Amino acid sequence: MLEPKAKPKDGFLLVNMGPQHPATHGVINFLIETDGEVMRRATPDVGYLHRGIEKMMEITSYPGNMPYSDRVDYLASMFANHGYAMAVEKLLGIEVPKRAEYCRVIADELNRIASHLVATGTMAMDLGAFTPFTHWLRERESINDFMEFICGSRLTYNYMRVGGVYADFPAGLGDKILRWMDHFEPIVQEFNRLITNNEIFVKRLANVAVIPADLAISYALTGPNLRASGVPFDLRRSQPYGAYPDFEFDVAVGRGIRGTVGDCYDRFVVRVEEMQQSCRILRQAVTRLPEGEWRAKVGRTIKVPAGETYGKVESARGEIGFYLVADGSDKPYRMKIRTGSFTAAAVIEAISPGLMIADLVAVIGSLDVVAPEIDR
Amino acid sequence: MNDDMPGVLTSKVDWLINWGRWNSLWYLLFATACCGIEMMHTGGPRADVDRFGAVPRAAPRQSDLLIVAGSVTYKMAERLRLIYDQMPEPKYVIAMGSCANCGGLFTRSYSVVKGVDLVVPVDIYLPGCAPRPEALTDAILKIQKKIKGEHWADKRRPLENARA
Amino acid sequence: MLAHEILEKLTARFPDVAFALHGELPSDPSITVPAPALASVAAFLKSEPGLAFDFLRCACGVDMKDRLDAVYHLYSMKVGHSIVIKVALPRDNPVVDSVSGLWDSANWFEREAFDLLGIRFAGHPDLRRIMLPPDWEGHPLRKDYKEKSDYHGIPTDRLDPVKV
Repeated sequence: MLEPKAKPKDGFLLVNMGPQHPATHGVINFLIETDGEVMRRATPDVGYLHRGIEKMMEITSYPGNMPYSDRVDYLASMFANHGYAMAVEKLLGIEVPKRAEYCRVIADELNRIASHLVATGTMAMDLGAFTPFTHWLRERESINDFMEFICGSRLTYNYMRVGGVYADFPAGLGDKILRWMDHFEPIVQEFNRLITNNEIFVKRLANVAVIPADLAISYALTGPNLRASGVPFDLRRSQPYGAYPDFEFDVAVGRGIRGTVGDCYDRFVVRVEEMQQSCRILRQAVTRLPEGEWRAKVGRTIKVPAGETYGKVESARGEIGFYLVADGSDKPYRMKIRTGSFTAAAVIEAISPGLMIADLVAVIGSLDVVAPEIDR
Repeated sequence: MNDDMPGVLTSKVDWLINWGRWNSLWYLLFATACCGIEMMHTGGPRADVDRFGAVPRAAPRQSDLLIVAGSVTYKMAERLRLIYDQMPEPKYVIAMGSCANCGGLFTRSYSVVKGVDLVVPVDIYLPGCAPRPEALTDAILKIQKKIKGEHWADKRRPLENARA
Repeated sequence: MLAHEILEKLTARFPDVAFALHGELPSDPSITVPAPALASVAAFLKSEPGLAFDFLRCACGVDMKDRLDAVYHLYSMKVGHSIVIKVALPRDNPVVDSVSGLWDSANWFEREAFDLLGIRFAGHPDLRRIMLPPDWEGHPLRKDYKEKSDYHGIPTDRLDPVKV
């Protein structure tokens, strides 16, 4: 069994929370030193879903690695596909056609909404409100239908290819997405009335587990977690890629409206606001989709010349980066996948002293960690 | 006629017990990977599995169906066996998805158990990556069919084809 | 600031250290630092006002056939530039100073490099396995890794689909 760092003494219990637990998002174990309710420390113990994706990528060819990149984060698999395709395209020097870039943005933003639906829904469920989660699952089913229309799969999409996307954007789907957004945006307002501005919800989350900006940068948090601590760092703005320079959108940053900047409530509100900004980007992308090719001309076997690069995208959970070391053959030599949840899980140990066990559940939900991103 | 009476009574009792069991298959939330999300969707509003009586439970001691959804690693395998042992009889296991059936996409990996039936005995193997909610509903209906043919006095034994 | 400008600043500050710049476009440029100098070079990169690398984006190990490399991707939030630092380590005794005192994110990144590749980080507060079970033998991401035949009684051989 795992050796804890310090044997607890003097009335402190060492409790395992997980790995099978409904409120840890996936199979993550927490070793909690507690006196019954207040924790002295909570150490995350990860690796229960370590499937060796990096090693599998070394023994599979470049086109065949796309499904492996899906499984890195199954709730945001379009982003992982995008990052992987970007890394390979950078080394090959391929220019992706404009229509393919727009298709990628549409797929990415739909996936961002779907991922934040799960994130906010499970956070509400962990705090005791089961109903909003079922409402969000209903909205998520609509997005699954769109994804099925686009690429054939509901969950792990395998939509993008090196050089573009798998198939052309279907005709008529743009109108369906616009009509769905007309239905969805009022529902987000309803969710805000029901949950976000709910006094019990605010009391449970405001001023809990504040992560100041310098701690967030030191622990290399990315994505909504970093932005909620007040750092306006969004890869789509700071280091733009793809077709994002063409779109207007705001970057949601935590402002401490009900508590301190960087508490759990901020992380929650940033995700809700990001869903609304994604709707804005989607409207622009769908109405302005250009004509053209949906995939650059790439051969069947891809041989990448020797070199290394780091392809990164702004995923729903942070930054997904693919550090690719290529050696001229048709398989990667080394692929390191850097995910947002890995660093988010590391910060839990630093912010947990003094919290109660119920607050730990809120913290895990607000950081939006998923086990496959941590363990790969 | 007097010899038939015990048989008729037993089969009616069988049917009653089985009817109670197949209409209240409470499943354990054991979601490791991607199939877990499809399991959540199956319990969700569209492919509602609650209409068959199956509600999700968080504790193994309150559930009779274990749906192993997702890849199981060697680190997790001992905990899976512990959870299976904690469930009260009669218990049923669905191996959901290719990773649980045979290792799936990760067969060549060093840390994934190549098929969850090396750890727990499995009743139904559900292929797919990830199987649609309709497929998981069909698997639950097949478990219901299995239960219909049971006799209350037989203790459920591990299956012969299990490699565990 | 571009990579060669950062290299000029480094050689100006550390004239005795043998840096090397690699990588032509489209590869990303990287600066190789000898292992004994890593601690002071990393501290300089973080504290120097014009460089201000406060964000350790990614740290990993790579198994080049004749050596192991520790690779650090750094980014500066204030200035907006990035650099890749590489340290070459011998295969038989890969030890390098830990940078977890400078960047907290290095803590887990270095634990993962130790777990999967066997690189030891001197001065790390808690260097133990993170992904694999604590009694796992071997470092899987090395190119010469051989799998064991079973783990705690669960076999690791794979069924050949053609033969089955």
